[in-house]
Amino acid sequence: MADAGAGSLHGGDSALSCLPEEQELSQRLRRLYPAVNQEETPLPRSWSPKDKYNYIGLSQGNLRVHYKGHGKNHKDAASVRATHPIPAACGIYYFEVKIVSKGRDGYMGIGLSAQGVNMNRLPGWDKHSYGYHGDDGHSFCSSGTGQPYGPTFTTGDVIGCCVNLINNTCFYTKNGHSLGIAFTDLPLPAMISNQFMELLQEYIQHLFKSNLYPTVGLQTPGEIVDANFGQQPFVFDIEDYMREWRAKIQGTIKRFPIGDRLGEWQAMLQNMVSSYLVHHGYCSTAAAFARITDTTIQEEQTSIKNRQRIQKLVLAGRVGEAIEATQQLYPGLLEHNPNLLFMLKCRQFVEMVNGTDSEVRCFSARSPRSQDSYPGSPNLSPRRGSNNSHVHSTGADSPTCSNGVLSTKIKQSCSKYQALSSSSSSSSSSSPSSVNYSESNSTDSTKSQQHSSTSNQETRHLAFLSFFYLSDSEMEMEAEHYPNGVLENSSTRIMNGTYKHEEILQTDESSMEDNCPQRQLCGGNHAATERMIQFGRELQTLSEQLCREYGKNTMHKKMLQDAFSLLAYSDPWNCPVGQQLDPIQREPVCAALNSAILESQNLPKQPPLMLALGQASECLRLMARVGLGSCSFARVDDYLH
Amino acid sequence: MACVLEAPLRMSVLSEVTASSRHYVDRLFDLDPQKVLQGVIDMKNAVIGNNKQKANLIVLGAVPRLLYLLQQETSSTELRTECAVVLGSLAMGTENNVKSLLDCHIIPALLQGLLSPDLKFIEACLRCLRTIFISPVTPEDLLYTDATVISHLMALLSRSRYTQEYICQIFSHCCKLQHWHSCGFKSLPQPLLCANGPDHQTILFNHGAVQNIAHLLVSTSYKVRMQALKCFSVLAFENPQVSMTLVNGKHKVLVDGELLPQIFVKMLQRDKPVEMQLTSAKCLTSMCRAGAIRTDDSCIVLKTLPCLVRMCSKERLLEERVEGAETLAYLIETDVELQRIASITDHLIVMLADYFKYPSSVSAITDIKRLDHDLKHAHELRQAAFKLYASLGANDEDIRKKIIETENMMDRIVNGLSESSIKVRLAAVRCLHSLSRSVQQLRTSFQDHAVWKPLMKVLQNAPNEILVVASSTLCNLLLEFSPSKEPILESGAIELLCSLTQSENLALRVNGIWALMNVAFQAEQKIKSDILRGLSTEQLFQLLSDSDVNVLMKTLGLLRNLLSTRPHIDHIMSTHGKQIMQAVTLILEGEHNIEVKEQTLCILANIADGTTAKELIMTNDDILQKIKYYMSHSNAKLQLAAMFCISNLVWNEEEGSQERQDKLRDMGIVDILHKLSQSSDPNLCDKAKTALQQYLA
Repeated sequence: MADAGAGSLHGGDSALSCLPEEQELSQRLRRLYPAVNQEETPLPRSWSPKDKYNYIGLSQGNLRVHYKGHGKNHKDAASVRATHPIPAACGIYYFEVKIVSKGRDGYMGIGLSAQGVNMNRLPGWDKHSYGYHGDDGHSFCSSGTGQPYGPTFTTGDVIGCCVNLINNTCFYTKNGHSLGIAFTDLPLPAMISNQFMELLQEYIQHLFKSNLYPTVGLQTPGEIVDANFGQQPFVFDIEDYMREWRAKIQGTIKRFPIGDRLGEWQAMLQNMVSSYLVHHGYCSTAAAFARITDTTIQEEQTSIKNRQRIQKLVLAGRVGEAIEATQQLYPGLLEHNPNLLFMLKCRQFVEMVNGTDSEVRCFSARSPRSQDSYPGSPNLSPRRGSNNSHVHSTGADSPTCSNGVLSTKIKQSCSKYQALSSSSSSSSSSSPSSVNYSESNSTDSTKSQQHSSTSNQETRHLAFLSFFYLSDSEMEMEAEHYPNGVLENSSTRIMNGTYKHEEILQTDESSMEDNCPQRQLCGGNHAATERMIQFGRELQTLSEQLCREYGKNTMHKKMLQDAFSLLAYSDPWNCPVGQQLDPIQREPVCAALNSAILESQNLPKQPPLMLALGQASECLRLMARVGLGSCSFARVDDYLH
Repeated sequence: MACVLEAPLRMSVLSEVTASSRHYVDRLFDLDPQKVLQGVIDMKNAVIGNNKQKANLIVLGAVPRLLYLLQQETSSTELRTECAVVLGSLAMGTENNVKSLLDCHIIPALLQGLLSPDLKFIEACLRCLRTIFISPVTPEDLLYTDATVISHLMALLSRSRYTQEYICQIFSHCCKLQHWHSCGFKSLPQPLLCANGPDHQTILFNHGAVQNIAHLLVSTSYKVRMQALKCFSVLAFENPQVSMTLVNGKHKVLVDGELLPQIFVKMLQRDKPVEMQLTSAKCLTSMCRAGAIRTDDSCIVLKTLPCLVRMCSKERLLEERVEGAETLAYLIETDVELQRIASITDHLIVMLADYFKYPSSVSAITDIKRLDHDLKHAHELRQAAFKLYASLGANDEDIRKKIIETENMMDRIVNGLSESSIKVRLAAVRCLHSLSRSVQQLRTSFQDHAVWKPLMKVLQNAPNEILVVASSTLCNLLLEFSPSKEPILESGAIELLCSLTQSENLALRVNGIWALMNVAFQAEQKIKSDILRGLSTEQLFQLLSDSDVNVLMKTLGLLRNLLSTRPHIDHIMSTHGKQIMQAVTLILEGEHNIEVKEQTLCILANIADGTTAKELIMTNDDILQKIKYYMSHSNAKLQLAAMFCISNLVWNEEEGSQERQDKLRDMGIVDILHKLSQSSDPNLCDKAKTALQQYLA
């Protein structure tokens, strides 16, 4: 969810400054090269105004190239490179050049060159430079003399250049027709040695040097060419060519020979499935699987059941009970893992806000109104527990997109917060919320009247917040990132094993959202709110204590901040930090606790299946980095259904 | 000793096998139907993959009994089904097995079985029929003996994916009889269609094959999709009616809301199985050649053509490369733009040179199996390459040059001309023919490689198929600027060509007389005499009364070429004047088109150019009247030709010009000339004035 949120925010940002063509370009590039991480390795989008000879003029968004030199002889040749080299993760890269005018003699060259190659030349004449020339139709492979290659080209023709980073070849197209291989053995590194870690560094450096850029060169006055890096649909059907290679690579994977010793492979697969089921506590499924495949389970049944029980509690949002159960079943575990305990307690706090934790639920149980809002714990009810249908898609579970009036609500709460904080002299000037969301505070304040009934509560929130902020001078509010942000993202994907489980548990609760959009803090119960505030103080104390014992922990600080920030809003579910209340956020906590328990039992803290998956993903990332293009046609996602 | 011992041992083994086979057959005659069923099932298990067992059972007469059980109404459906399965298994064996089954009239029995209500039984019968019909020994016509069969098969198409697969496969194997040999070269005369009734394609088409099979192209089963596609490729081959329906019949054939060409294009995608891409390309090719899809349509230019070029690449199997090249040759045969695109696509011309490298020297040494495989396909590869080169070079001079510059190309053609395989020889001649259209190549590489020698050899005792193309090539080699002309004539070409003019085959007659016409062009007296002698007057008149206008035109052309330069005219007219004048009169009187008459008048003009030959016209009032008539004809070309005659007759530097002028004036020619000198046609006007000047001088 965090991923999607960040993505859409980013997209929105760029949409403001982008023309429709730009957007089309971005879309086409993403579709053509889905494996390319454009943050790490940007794709060529135009010619570089810096990396060109001065006889070259650029116009039309640096896509049109014209010659402005004397054009007397080959010494007047001039080239321009694209802004970025071709990333290996493209697998297959393609661009087209339209000859707008052949000028005086039509001495035009289209091709590739590495950075640093002399720009006072046509592509193909020098080392690490490759070109196809219009006047004679010859190809130039790092040499002043060309080889007969294809037809000549002139005004009106569209010439395409395709780099295949899987077999390191290059071919050209003319008006949509493939002309056949022009170059083999392009200087892209290929894995040769077994001691590859040692050579990795070397490869990367080598790669850096020989990375190829789209390049065009012109030599006589009047020559004009336009590039198409994906701005427009290509004349040649490059996607069909990509399809062929995707099928080839997937075929290779499919036919990859596996150990010749019969049965060994099967046993390994069974073991992986079994350990996965056990890990996530699918007790009876694991038992059934073991029975059918005639294998044994490493862990005892009771142990699996215990873990399953604890996991269920966490996933149902009853973290307090989960902590109790853990302490009871695995004494000493949490004491030895203060970080885990802190994470659990933070989650418990969030669940209190949510009104799901048992410490606040015991209050709400007496209130008939809140009973309506939160009818019993889903997993306690046998009826719902046996309900196995996947009622909700994952998207519908997300609170941020389930509500159409989301944006106005944020504005309301923010403006209210602004008003209140300005009236409160105790508020620290570096309040994180006001910094982060000040851009939306221009809304009219009249709307705040609608919520005057809850203003009492809000005053208390604020007092509560200021209590924390003032009492902890160390809590400087600054934008911090999870140090393992990448890991978090990938773990949500890996976590999808527990997903269905989650859906079942949350079915009733999420369906409630439609009925009562206005959920209330701690189920709207006064006593529960008191309890929550008290718990918050305890949590704060625990944080300080941990800080004293183990030193500062930025992760803890961030967690605590995020949790407490919920109270700054009248409707925490629809606030910028409301994401925490999403039941999906229980999953990482649950996984961490589960892993810790397993580790304490001397069992692997991650199932081998996940390790294998993680390794495959990491391997593909590594391939992209060292220039093995086939990685782009073998995505891990293609194999996960 | 050992030998003596060994023989009886073998005998006993053999008899044991036969005994066990006999046991299987005996059980088919059991009185208990349950035991018969078990016997058939055991037999089924015994014959699977065992050709010897199959042969034994056939020899021992299992087939008639199985057929009897299969047809017996009293047999249980299960038994009948198992019988069909065993028969299908027997058919999977050798070609002899299939022959034996056919001798037992298996096909009517199985077709009868299709009327059963039981699907399993129907499927077993269809499977067996399929296996029999895909065998080369089965005559396709057997499917069409009963008119109701086809409509019943069409109805069964909806029953299951197995009926769909088998029926499509049967159709695609029972539909190619007429077109099998021609491989789509329209330039060659087609074998005539069966005299008795419509051809298979039309029968299937009339039974709604297109509509019934179209939706199978999107079946979930790959096998069904593939067989349906193959069916279409066979149905549409050289069949405009089917092809047009596939594109836009009266009732548009839509599958999942898409037109069939769109579906075929999807099947061309590069990640689809090669077999599917190739077959789909064949469908689109047929549709294009039939005129149902334009040659500049993007689905041809950007999809079908590149796909077929890819099929020629080294990565493909030898069979696929052969089929790819042949289909591409057919696709581009008559369209110069497609020829140009193909010539630059993926280095096709160079890629084709690889077709001549089988079996390679490597395969011969390292791998016997591969050598065998290569040898088997070597001829096919060579002929396919020649065919494609022929199509590529049909129209464009630059492409011809590129082809000839390919490594050892001329040597390969020369070798191909003397290969034992008729198919290769034919394709090589065709390639040579295509390249012989280049003036430059005739003067250079054709001369350097003495191509005429093997070509003359090919022309000796060759089948008509080859003779047609070879003689057509010879025509080009006999053009006056060709350096090969003389050596060819010296090696007895005239005699050969004269004999061709007597052929039953029209194309051969045309080529023969055409070549003679080329030979006679500006030839010396001796050659002209040789031609006249070789042809004989009788044959010449035969040709002048030929029903084909092409033959007539070329014969007139020959006469015109013979009757050029004064001494030659006088010489020929002195020996053949009477007959020639007769022929000319006949043609001018007959019902002929303008071109023929023009050509004839030109001959008269040539005769009028002779010194003594003139008199043959001047003394022939009939002819003079005809010339006069054509001077006032509504067609300017004929008027002009007639004027040439007059002009030659009144030319006043020559002896007796005065009398001729007078005679013509008396006939009223001068009046006509005066009228024509006012003509708006500048050519006529000029010519008339020139003629009138002769009177003034």
